[in-house]
Amino acid sequence: MSPNRATGLAQIALPEPAGQPTWLQRMRRSALDWVAENGFPGHDDEDWKYTRLGPLLAIPFELAQPIDSSLTASALDVLVGNCGGPRLVFVNGHFNPQLSSLTEIPKNIRATSLRTHLHQTEESGASRLFPPPQNSFVALNSAFSEDGAYIEVPPHTTVERPIHLVFVTDGPADAAPILASPRSVIIAEANSRLTVIESYVGLRPQVSLTNAFTQVILEAGANVEHYTLQNEPATAMHLGMLAVHQPAASEFSSYALSLGASLARQEIRVALAGEGAQTQLRGLYMPRGRQHHGHVTSIDHQAPGCTSRELYKGVLDGQSRGVFKGKVVVRPGADRTDANQSNKNLLLSEGAEIDTRPQLEILADDVKCTHGAAVGQLDEEAVFYLRSRGIGQKAARDMLTYAFVSEMLGLITIPELKTLIEHAVAQQLEADSTDDREKTLAGEIRSR
Amino acid sequence: MILKIENLRAKVGDKEILRGVNLELPLGQVHAIMGPNGSGKSTLAQVLAGREEYTVTGRVLFDGEDLLTQTPEARAFMGLFLAFQYPVELPGVGNLYFLRTALNSVRKQRGLEALDAVDFLAFAQKRMDLVEMDRSLMSRSVNEGFSGGEKKRNEILQLAILEPKLAILDETDSGLDIDALRTVAKAVNALRGPDRTLLLITHYQRLLDYIVPDQVHVMTEGQIVRSGGKDLALELEHDGYLADAPDHTLPVGGTP
Repeated sequence: MSPNRATGLAQIALPEPAGQPTWLQRMRRSALDWVAENGFPGHDDEDWKYTRLGPLLAIPFELAQPIDSSLTASALDVLVGNCGGPRLVFVNGHFNPQLSSLTEIPKNIRATSLRTHLHQTEESGASRLFPPPQNSFVALNSAFSEDGAYIEVPPHTTVERPIHLVFVTDGPADAAPILASPRSVIIAEANSRLTVIESYVGLRPQVSLTNAFTQVILEAGANVEHYTLQNEPATAMHLGMLAVHQPAASEFSSYALSLGASLARQEIRVALAGEGAQTQLRGLYMPRGRQHHGHVTSIDHQAPGCTSRELYKGVLDGQSRGVFKGKVVVRPGADRTDANQSNKNLLLSEGAEIDTRPQLEILADDVKCTHGAAVGQLDEEAVFYLRSRGIGQKAARDMLTYAFVSEMLGLITIPELKTLIEHAVAQQLEADSTDDREKTLAGEIRSR
Repeated sequence: MILKIENLRAKVGDKEILRGVNLELPLGQVHAIMGPNGSGKSTLAQVLAGREEYTVTGRVLFDGEDLLTQTPEARAFMGLFLAFQYPVELPGVGNLYFLRTALNSVRKQRGLEALDAVDFLAFAQKRMDLVEMDRSLMSRSVNEGFSGGEKKRNEILQLAILEPKLAILDETDSGLDIDALRTVAKAVNALRGPDRTLLLITHYQRLLDYIVPDQVHVMTEGQIVRSGGKDLALELEHDGYLADAPDHTLPVGGTP
């Protein structure tokens, strides 16, 4: 790694430790020291090769402060949907109890703000929530995270309604660029079952960076369905890391959606650590204008008999750029591994570009691993067919693009969410690719 | 005259496929164009529907209006319809949704109100019965996984729904067994009328036993070389397309 130290991010000071347990202060300090020592990923870092960080690192961010948001719960229903379950809302990384609806939380489930949980926790109990730093942005999150959700589901418990975590950035458009560092922990104990949705949105065109970190820790036989829906404003940047640990017979599925932000990257790391664990990663990204959407996944088959399924689709328009990097590692002894990966891309314009890289490292025998990547354009034969039936050129192209995406929409199992995402996707398609997203500050920074 | 073609020429690259086609189709009649493979029949159909890959010269009047400067969708609005020889599969586009979108797009241009899903279904039911279309095909993606016969029925269903003034049926009989051919022919005959012209493009005389044309034209090497009554088809069946040039005689309907 070639450290990249000339940065605004590394110069942010730790905030006043008011009321924080000393172990947490110590941990934050060491995380920040780690960042100072190791810097940020440079051009030669394989995982960041296609995502230029230089402009982002130069922005003089300030830590996001809690503010009196003008947001209301009913406005949130429109913005992120109401899935009928508990909702925890964080504004600029800080928990906002007024906007949250906690009455829906089933009694035996713990769903609270992470800050509250950490302040009640001994260091020994929190150690697995703060693994030693290995990654600059996760370490940065460890140093600065304001808050996030802490969810713990006891054994043999099924949570009927999805738990919705909403992360909002808000503040005056002319404010200094802000850094928000939401951090969440989801623990699903043996044979429990739940669905968690993370929605990332912003209210105003302010320059912001969301640097999110979520850990999902499953116990044997647990089943977690997870959604990350990123639709931040065009001035925003978004970096997300989802770390998943799966023991025997656990099942996990994720759905990563990228619609907004000028620069967005969602990374998922799954450790299949116990026999018979199953994981499914799905993703959809639709950059246009000058947006950059990156998805990096890594699935580590450590135990025998595990299954992984991966399907990511991208629709790229304007001068946008997409990145898909999918790594699958099969460790020695992880026999009977069954891994399948697929990445399909539709380029709608000459200027759009996709870098797709499957990467398989197979160190065991008796495994079944397949992967495929496809990049294509709309079928002109199909466009003509539709036009010959009286469907206009743009409508025909939109219809075929929507058809390409529809497979991914069909995978959303929560009806309220599906409707919301269908609308957001249709909006993204209908909007002119040369709209305001090109003219954003972040866009200018990117093109420098 | 619903269609008047004057000296129509079409090229792909340097290759001239249509070499001066002249043809007139009166409203309310059924005409057939026959000819050997590669004679330009399907190119004529594609050029009339507005395919952009061709360099086209000459003049085509549709209902008195210039056709060649129009987009494919504008031609559909004017009342031109092409039943494709190879209907395109559209994975992810629902058949019912596609048909309704097409109809509403055409209705809008004709100053009619859009039909909602319920009204459309009622409207489409009768037409589905006409082509004996399996209901289950409506909820599937357009033509995806359809058999050859189902695809051709779906084309005729679109014809029945869009109600054009001129329908060009490009090799609608190819790939159909005799029962499917009878069904399709019955539906096409039911769609004949004083306000609609049909242009059948076919390689085989067989289709014309079921859909009897008013006129038959013979196309070879990019030109209409002969025209006559329905008996011309039988003559061709017997003597081949180039009766005047026995050395080049090609059989009609003889391709396995």
